[in-house]
Amino acid sequence: MDGTLRTVRLRAAVPVLPLSAFILVTFIAPLATMLVRSVYDPLVAGAMPETLFLLSEWDGKSTPREAVFEAAVRELLEARQARNLGRIVTRINRVQPGMRSVVMKSVRKLRGISGSDSWRDTLIDMDPAWGEVQTWRAIRRTGERFTMRHYLHALDLDRGPGGGIVRQTPERRIYIPLLGRTLAVSLSITALCLLFGYPVAYLIANASPRWANLLLLLVLVPFWTSLLVRTTSWIVLLQTRGVINDALVALGLIAEENRIAMIYNMTGTVVAMTHVLLPFMVLPLYSVMRAIPPLYMNAAATLGASFPRAFWRVYWPQTQPGVFAGSLLVFILAIGYYITPELVGGRSGQLISNMIAYHMQQSLNWGLAGALSGILLACVFVIYLIYDRVVGIERMKLG
Amino acid sequence: MATIRGPWENAGRLSYLMFCTAVLLFLVAPILVIVPLSFNVEPYFTFTEGMLSLDPQAYSLRWYRSVLGDEQWLLAMVNSLTIGISATVLATTLGTLAALGLANPAMPRRSLAMGLLISPMITPVIISATGMFFFYSNLGLTQTHLGLILAHTALGTPFVVITVTATLAGFDPNLKRAAATLGAGPLRTFIRIQLPQIAPGVISGALFAFATSFDEVVTVLFMGGLDQRTIPRQMWVGIREQISPAILAVATFLIAFSLLFMIIVEWLRRRGNAPAKA
Repeated sequence: MDGTLRTVRLRAAVPVLPLSAFILVTFIAPLATMLVRSVYDPLVAGAMPETLFLLSEWDGKSTPREAVFEAAVRELLEARQARNLGRIVTRINRVQPGMRSVVMKSVRKLRGISGSDSWRDTLIDMDPAWGEVQTWRAIRRTGERFTMRHYLHALDLDRGPGGGIVRQTPERRIYIPLLGRTLAVSLSITALCLLFGYPVAYLIANASPRWANLLLLLVLVPFWTSLLVRTTSWIVLLQTRGVINDALVALGLIAEENRIAMIYNMTGTVVAMTHVLLPFMVLPLYSVMRAIPPLYMNAAATLGASFPRAFWRVYWPQTQPGVFAGSLLVFILAIGYYITPELVGGRSGQLISNMIAYHMQQSLNWGLAGALSGILLACVFVIYLIYDRVVGIERMKLG
Repeated sequence: MATIRGPWENAGRLSYLMFCTAVLLFLVAPILVIVPLSFNVEPYFTFTEGMLSLDPQAYSLRWYRSVLGDEQWLLAMVNSLTIGISATVLATTLGTLAALGLANPAMPRRSLAMGLLISPMITPVIISATGMFFFYSNLGLTQTHLGLILAHTALGTPFVVITVTATLAGFDPNLKRAAATLGAGPLRTFIRIQLPQIAPGVISGALFAFATSFDEVVTVLFMGGLDQRTIPRQMWVGIREQISPAILAVATFLIAFSLLFMIIVEWLRRRGNAPAKA
């Protein structure tokens, strides 16, 4: 590249640098560390190095030899001293459910024993699980520093006994169905927004300026209103003792004991999210429709086309950029939605984001939360690339 | 479209208008329903018979008094304003500067830079909050105002970048050259020529950034302590527990607040668009 041209380009980039650096440090670095956490977990490897080293030479088919047991006993007791045992056991338990009580009980008993001729027999006496191959496989897997197990788990997969990848047993397959549900709900919400938003955008785009301004404000009011306020509104309206149920009972349309459950379930999630996201559909549609001259539709009408025909052949194709922009925007926002489903979704209306929050705050399985985030981010990124390709990210507008 | 309509077309048009009215009602009515309920004298989230018969006895300001007399809500208000204003100042400064760079045709890798800068807007907020929580706690920034200000700045900058970039698209670069010819330095040109031109975009962006922070609850839930409780956080707790319609009073206040913001932004937009239309 020519030297002066390079200088010009570098100089042009200077004003962008402070914000780029700020976003890299305050935003991208946190995301990156979380994604690293989903594949890298040095805790067990650091606490039980000798056991894991010995296990790496183990054939994986019969109960390991005495040296493995001896190292495990020593390192588990050391981990207890270092107050690490709980976190190690949690990890082993995630790979092999039921191991928490086995290890905890054995370690408690081991504290009273000063020595043993065979730690192998001692442990197997305490709990026969120590004699089983899968116990040691679980320990070996938990000891991987770099691991795909969180991603496998997040995709309802598991390592089979032979080390190959197998699907989880049907009752443990929860994440793929949840991801599927999230995508399906987001698609339905996008479709609903298009169905409701298109006619309204058309109305506003073709109204007289005075009316258009007024109608546009009606769309902008919810756009600007606090998300928490809008969610509160839906609770007030839809709950069993809420405004709509009260009205239906008062009008005698339903009986007092048959109040309809419209919230704290999937209906609540879909209604409230459609309300929240509808302006994001109407506004891009409106800005495209506003630029379409009425000339073409008039020409089609003059040439004898009925309104539906003229609309379908002439108008609709011209609005496609707006349809794409609005739909992709609504979809990208919908699949990551957390607040609304959390507050009004109840049990059945939860989406993938709520599962991430659950693993962050309740189960404290941060590796799995990271893996689920990674998968959700990948989905968002793909839609973003489509948006950039089809609409162009530089043409994104607000309101 | 001035075509002659048969009766069926009229029926079609009527049902179309009814459909649009229903959608617009769906958009606005849920928000408006909150307002009268916030004056309910009873601790219910629904209309009482007295309210429906417009009995003045059924209305009161008790929930407003209870909010204004509650130290937790007042602390939340102070926190929301402190964090919101600090984040807005930071986001507007950094975002406007970046938008100026992005508008330069010589800017290399513009699409990539734009993608980076707006990434906080399209990343699901639960993922942002999770990542920030771990990262900021290692730096000792959780349970501090500074941590939340940084987080809210990051979440707010994309709005500034987008609105200012949009305004800059209508900026005539010849004005800058003219100023330079007349001997103005870059800083002077920016303050005297460019800034007044892009001011509507900058102010809109700032309002968007403030509204983002003022309505943000997830990072506050993850990273904030009791000293950092904000209005959305109190709302969140109030919605989950539903003990008193005090949250409806706060909601009404927030509705008034957002209406004000909306009116300013719309006014700026129309003012900014006016010369282009003429």
